[in-house]
Amino acid sequence: MEKIGTITKVAGPLVVASGMENVQVYDVVRVAHKKLIGEVIELRGGLASIQVYEETAGIGPGEPVFYTNKPLSAELGPGLIESIFDGIQRPLTNIYDSFGPHIPLGIDLPRLNREREWDFVPVHQLDVQVSGGVILGTVQETPVVNHKIMVPPSVSGKLVWLHKGKAKVTDVIAKIVDNNGKTIELTMIQYWPVRKKRPYLNKIAPNKIMVTGQRVIDALFPVSIGGIAAIPGPFGSGKTVVQHQLAKWADADIIIYVGCGERGNEMTDVLMEFPRLKDPRTGESLMKRTVLIANTSNMPVAAREASIYTGITIAEYYRDMGYKVAIMADSTSRWAEALREMSSRLEEMPGEEGYPAYLSSRLAEFYERAGYVACLGDKNRRGAVTAIGAVSPPGGDTSEPVSQATLRIVKVFWGLSAQLAYRRHFPAIDWIKSYSLYEDVLHLDIDSHYHKDWSKMIRRVQVLLQEEASLQEIVRLVGIDSLSKSDRIKLLASQMIREDFLHQNAYHEIDTYASIAKQHRMLKTILRWYDLAKKALEGRKAFSEIEKMKTPERIGRIKYVREADVEKECDSIEQAMEKEFSSLREE
Amino acid sequence: MAIKQYKTIQEVVGPLMLVEKVQDVKYDELVEIKLANGETRLGKVLEINEDKALVQLFESSQGMKIDDAKATFLGHGIELGLSPDILGRVFDGLGRPIDNKGAVIADTRLDINGSALNPVARDYPSEFIQTGISAIDGLNTLVRGQKLPIFSGSGLPHSKLAAQIARQARVLGKSEKFAVVFAAIGITFEEADYFIEDFRKSGAIERTVMFVNLANDPAIERIATPRMAITAAEYLAYQLNMHVLVILTDITNYAEALREISSARKEVPGRRGYPGYLYTDLASLFERAGRIKGIQGSITQLPILTMPEDDKTHPIPDLTGYITEGQIILSRSLFMKGIFPPIDVLPSLSRLKDKGIGEGKTRGDHADTMNQLFASYARGKEAKELSTVLGDSALSDIDKLYARFAEDFEAKYISQGFTTNRPIKETLDIGWELLRIFPTSELKRISDENIAEFYGTGE
Repeated sequence: MEKIGTITKVAGPLVVASGMENVQVYDVVRVAHKKLIGEVIELRGGLASIQVYEETAGIGPGEPVFYTNKPLSAELGPGLIESIFDGIQRPLTNIYDSFGPHIPLGIDLPRLNREREWDFVPVHQLDVQVSGGVILGTVQETPVVNHKIMVPPSVSGKLVWLHKGKAKVTDVIAKIVDNNGKTIELTMIQYWPVRKKRPYLNKIAPNKIMVTGQRVIDALFPVSIGGIAAIPGPFGSGKTVVQHQLAKWADADIIIYVGCGERGNEMTDVLMEFPRLKDPRTGESLMKRTVLIANTSNMPVAAREASIYTGITIAEYYRDMGYKVAIMADSTSRWAEALREMSSRLEEMPGEEGYPAYLSSRLAEFYERAGYVACLGDKNRRGAVTAIGAVSPPGGDTSEPVSQATLRIVKVFWGLSAQLAYRRHFPAIDWIKSYSLYEDVLHLDIDSHYHKDWSKMIRRVQVLLQEEASLQEIVRLVGIDSLSKSDRIKLLASQMIREDFLHQNAYHEIDTYASIAKQHRMLKTILRWYDLAKKALEGRKAFSEIEKMKTPERIGRIKYVREADVEKECDSIEQAMEKEFSSLREE
Repeated sequence: MAIKQYKTIQEVVGPLMLVEKVQDVKYDELVEIKLANGETRLGKVLEINEDKALVQLFESSQGMKIDDAKATFLGHGIELGLSPDILGRVFDGLGRPIDNKGAVIADTRLDINGSALNPVARDYPSEFIQTGISAIDGLNTLVRGQKLPIFSGSGLPHSKLAAQIARQARVLGKSEKFAVVFAAIGITFEEADYFIEDFRKSGAIERTVMFVNLANDPAIERIATPRMAITAAEYLAYQLNMHVLVILTDITNYAEALREISSARKEVPGRRGYPGYLYTDLASLFERAGRIKGIQGSITQLPILTMPEDDKTHPIPDLTGYITEGQIILSRSLFMKGIFPPIDVLPSLSRLKDKGIGEGKTRGDHADTMNQLFASYARGKEAKELSTVLGDSALSDIDKLYARFAEDFEAKYISQGFTTNRPIKETLDIGWELLRIFPTSELKRISDENIAEFYGTGE
């Protein structure tokens, strides 16, 4: 490494160095004798402001700054899946194995395992022109992930040689002669600067539902494959549990989970739980499709800023292979705070609440990297990145800058409510204030591919819940006796929807996931009860009798019934229900 | 290492000091300032710009004279000397003994800032701690290695609750080495004395290490006090394999000291004048709780903070809640009703409870009854509110049951006084006793098997 600059100032994670005329903004540099990893974020003449991704205690003016000539990049190739990285993609498991429980300063291990051998299967014919994104071969990364080795986006030329069989990530697996006659040797590794989006052919408007198995989401506020969603909520309202549930059950080929400035134990939880859980679609362990990025709250703040870029770059890489990727960022507020901290150390003019003025454009840039695309290299190959960001607004008040900047860009808003959480109604997604702008297209999708009466049924549910909210207002003012009997039937039905359908126990072995078919059947049974109850009332059955019916108790337990038995159980409940209604006394 | 001593102090403003013409000074280095009269003060380097070092004092700047004070840069961060003899000792907020028992002969010296733990090295906390308090054991279960703060308000009995937990906490069926580390951060003498007396009475004092910064001690010393305490706890837990309970009181005073320094530096303030890095700073304290793979000891943190105006959305409780694994919230209205401990269970939460309860740890029905008690109490409280507005007659029969349940729940389950030590079985049984006023159709959160096993028994 060639020495180029000298430190003149150290203030927490910000280091200023002189003699830096030859660096570029966003280049990585190594700071001081300890070789801490840093990134140039500002240049003023020969003075460079560097954000340092490691603890800066013990470094001072006069120490050198080394140049690497590279922007902050992600290392992409087989071996990403099942790994846990920190915010700048250092492999935490390897670091733990080699250095013990604490991360030593200046450590720079290879991101991907260099020793492991993969079985490279060539799939492309030789002596033809190839360009960026073309698939040369495949590697079975895990039982469920077939890793496609692609030509890097910037390379094109004639493919002259392909390897076959065992290879390490650093071995040459293909040779391409470019237009200038130069031979380019490709390995399985690609580097990509994390702050730049990876190219694709074109974006396509999302129109397919990403089934999550979470009833309140799939039924009321669905998200599309390639869509973007945000979950804001005060602490204790279950943001992280919802994120974990999505990471576990969402219908995606690859999951990237970014723990950004959150609790260390939550990452441990994922690390210990995911390998044990089985993916309902493949039967393999969930870890076999998951990449974890962990930058917990006590790890250096600058690396937190980088972590979501590292995450989305890996997500885009798998998208380019034609996979459906979902990325969860928990929490984007901590990312924004890291941005604020660096901005304040740079003595920039603050915008709202001390956040820099570019907060919303940075957030928008991040979310816009999600989407459903035709992949580079093959216009028929489709990939998607679905982005789901948690937001932690101070005091749960979403009028603050991060929530507002997020809401301006996302299409799905799952607003969590503290009141619901106090009642232990989980997931505590408030059905009155949440929304999904994908609703119309996704209803079309479900109606035509799953159940044709779905959208009609959901409409009824939404109306019932809306009406309940206004009826509850009246009850609070003048008491339940003032309501008509038909209104009280409405309340009973909406209570069933809330407690027996929307409420879902993430920790219950069966209830944790519900397929669209199960959700459909549950709603059908509840609405059937409502229809019969209305009819019974018209037929002059006593309301007090309807209120005391026995079958609703069984409806409350459908959620715990195994997928395979749901149909049978619901049929039997509906029969019992009809019988019970006809046996009710008249007024 | 060459000692670097300078007489070039240029400015002393509040807790900050500027030293010029320094050489080879490092960020975060410890600084000792010698006054003309022989007194010494401590500080650390906050920022270093070419030959100017900005130093944050840990002690009052009173009596300091720019001309004759000497600043010595010590070449290392602030450290705490440790040995097994620290048990039973009392230190000031900067780790100097104040109990007249002489200095501690250190086996090892540790940097009080610790270093960030690799998330892979963490072991997930899952060992149930029985505190003997129903509202905690039954509903907001504490586990070993958790950080569970108590959110209180001025005048509420958080000290009594914390002392009760320290006194009664144990892990079922095991006798292991455990210790208490207590950090008093800017609290009054009486409050600190209450803890000391309580530890003395229960005999826990022998296994306790205390760091005391009282209300009239320098406010900026409070930046170091909790770090001292946690460093001592890490030593006991990770080197001596003890299970350590750390009580930090009061975090609000800590955050105020942080704000004082931030405003002296003229930083851009975040909410309510607190610095934008308050979250990161608090996390650097709280995240040091936990367990490490392959090490027997553990650190359980019980920080106490008083919410200004009982406002949970104030930046201090708010950011704490985002870092810690739950919170125990005390309620003024329960306190007024004479319910002790006045724990408001609905907004309280223990995020790690699910891994600490159930068959083999507490009892198979624990999770179900817990969820049912929460749901029923929430509905009961709503019903009671309704009946205060509209009168009892406005309630349906079932809501009347819920209202009665809420009353009984507060009186029998939550209220137990500060001396009762209830085993977990008793807590669970009281829960069932209360739930039996409902027909089974109302117990939707409880599985059929548990209803069959527990609902019919008793009475």
